[in-house]
Amino acid sequence: MLEFRNLRLTQGDFTLTADFQVPKGARVAVIGPSGAGKSTLLSLIGGFEAPDDGDILWRGKPFGLSAPFERPISHLFQDNTLFAHMTAAQNVGLGLRPSLRLSKSEQSAVSEALRAVGLEGLETRRPGALSGGQQSRVALARVLVQQKPLILLDEPFSALGPAMRHEMIDLAKEVSERLGATMLMVTHDVSDVDRFADLVIWVEGGTCQPPRPWAEMKADPPQGLLDYIGT
Amino acid sequence: MAHRVFAIRLWPGLIAAALVAALSLGTLGVVALRAESFSTLSKFDWMAVRFTVVQALISAGLSVILAVPVARGLARRDFYGRRLLITLLGAPFILPTIVAILGLTAVFGKTGFVSIALNWAGLEPISIYGFHGVILAHVFFNLPLATRLLLQGWGAIPSERFRLAASLNFSPRDMFRHIEGPMLKEIMPGAFAVIFLICTTSFAVALTFGGGPKATTVELAIYEAFRYDFNLGKASLLALIQVVICAVAAFVSLKFRVPQVGGAGLDRPVQRFDVHKLSARGVDLFWIMMVSLFLLLPLLAIVLRGAYGVFDLPISVWSAALRSLVTALGSAALAIILSLSLSLSALRWRWLEGIGMTAIAASPLVMGTGLYIVLFAVADPADWALFITALVNAVMSLPFILRAIGPALATTERTYGRLSDSLGLMGWTRVRLVLWPRLRGPVGFSAGLAAALSMGDLGVIALFARPDSATLPLQIYRLMGSYRMDQAMGASLLLLGLSLALFYIFDLWGRRRA
Repeated sequence: MLEFRNLRLTQGDFTLTADFQVPKGARVAVIGPSGAGKSTLLSLIGGFEAPDDGDILWRGKPFGLSAPFERPISHLFQDNTLFAHMTAAQNVGLGLRPSLRLSKSEQSAVSEALRAVGLEGLETRRPGALSGGQQSRVALARVLVQQKPLILLDEPFSALGPAMRHEMIDLAKEVSERLGATMLMVTHDVSDVDRFADLVIWVEGGTCQPPRPWAEMKADPPQGLLDYIGT
Repeated sequence: MAHRVFAIRLWPGLIAAALVAALSLGTLGVVALRAESFSTLSKFDWMAVRFTVVQALISAGLSVILAVPVARGLARRDFYGRRLLITLLGAPFILPTIVAILGLTAVFGKTGFVSIALNWAGLEPISIYGFHGVILAHVFFNLPLATRLLLQGWGAIPSERFRLAASLNFSPRDMFRHIEGPMLKEIMPGAFAVIFLICTTSFAVALTFGGGPKATTVELAIYEAFRYDFNLGKASLLALIQVVICAVAAFVSLKFRVPQVGGAGLDRPVQRFDVHKLSARGVDLFWIMMVSLFLLLPLLAIVLRGAYGVFDLPISVWSAALRSLVTALGSAALAIILSLSLSLSALRWRWLEGIGMTAIAASPLVMGTGLYIVLFAVADPADWALFITALVNAVMSLPFILRAIGPALATTERTYGRLSDSLGLMGWTRVRLVLWPRLRGPVGFSAGLAAALSMGDLGVIALFARPDSATLPLQIYRLMGSYRMDQAMGASLLLLGLSLALFYIFDLWGRRRA
């Protein structure tokens, strides 16, 4: 379980607050207008920003000021989620060993993960020689080998066309199911939410509302969501 | 407050900063302690101060003004060899000063063909020594720099402005008033200030073309106080005056925006609609031809006359070449280590980069004087000549190298910092797997630059070296002094080849994909 306890971060005249729990294994969409604080919330969970007050707890233990790599988290960033100078296999291998000194069994785990996302035979390609969709697949293969119980996705597929994006969201969903991981994804598109989310965190003006089931929220949307969707 | 993880230890940067500060500011302190009172300055010393400022003003002014028509021609014309010419404009930066000086002598000197042509036409040949020679050499070095700076200004004008001008039927005068003039007004002062600064610290030019009461710069006076009188007190006082001149020039240049000399925006000519008139074509052709000849003829002269002497070089030249190579490689290694440590720590403490930049206003002669005084107390400075040369050259190249490596490092951290942090790529692993591959290009370029600059250095080494342990540029200077011009030309060709080869090899290494 992921818990936000009186979390608060102030940057200039912007203040982000969150105080709720996210159940284990949930697939959560984080939605809200631009500048509302969605990415900041993910930065706080990831340890790239430190809160002014409160804490985030994972299975009852506070993260405190632990470094990003000490947290049980896999990331998919919006851009630059792969190193351009490394091959697909190296990019995945980093998830096992940052030094890239992989044992035989670790190397086969990398190949296995690439096969699982449908990239068999493309191990030695660099990101520049892969399509946008294939790059996303490499990043998801890394999430697979990292085997972390929490996956954070910050608009990871926004550069892809709608059909490809849906395909990638399905794959991400599959990966999280396979790992039994909790997944939080920032998105702009309500159709993405339909596709994968059980729960939705609505963020507006820095206030992160407790997660609600998507079906329930659609039936009784907050005014901000109506304005956001434009209906 | 935002919380940042620092993936790499910060102490190497602090050590590097301390070293650079000791060299640029510490030597200044030593010099200040050692300096005599101002009353000991003779009339000739004050003439040197005046000459330093006046020649730098004229050189900078000429370079910047002449660069305007050249840059405009290059900006609006596309022709065969345009890219090559623009690349060539960057060459004087790594060209050893002594080579250019010999080349200019071969073209404009007493027996050069310009003089022969002038004689033939019944005119007085120009004198390459003294005032004219110093200005000529400075314009040779800085006209290309000014041209590149202004060319970037032209490149930065949005193409919509030229389209708008065409649709409003601007005359060349309107074009200048509304579009080109404002750009030049913004860029020219910065270019002028930078070139002024360069011209106050170009010791090698003053050493070879200057001299005598009417054409001695402060740096040359420092050297003479050292070499001829061994008057360290007077050398120190002159060094302080040099520092004041540099500091004022550097302060002024900070007031203006100095555009970066990078590759961006230089490769495409600006699309314009007012260029088809015959008169405009003629003007552009004239200026492009003139600057090409001015740059190429001296180099061509070195190649032609040097090829003749290069197979007939005495052994002393070859051993000097070896010493220069070792010094250049050492200097490049030092420069890269210093700049990488500084830029890594500057991600946390911005001011560290400022310390690395202090060398831009420093004079190698002042640094040399300070180091000499310190070393003189404990050892024979001549024993340290090559090491000191490598070190001072490395520090002098830092301002340029930091501008190549610093932004590349910042970009890499901005792009891959979070990803690296989240994957636990820390410390040495981070350097090996992320930073090094991403920085390979700028590091190769910088190492080439530092090596070439050190290879051609004729500054500190002149203060320190013994007669039997000269570097190649110093050896060439001595050959010139004893009128063995064929050997000097041959050795210059060797030096030119070595400098360009060093730069090219490092740069190529940087560009090769890992």
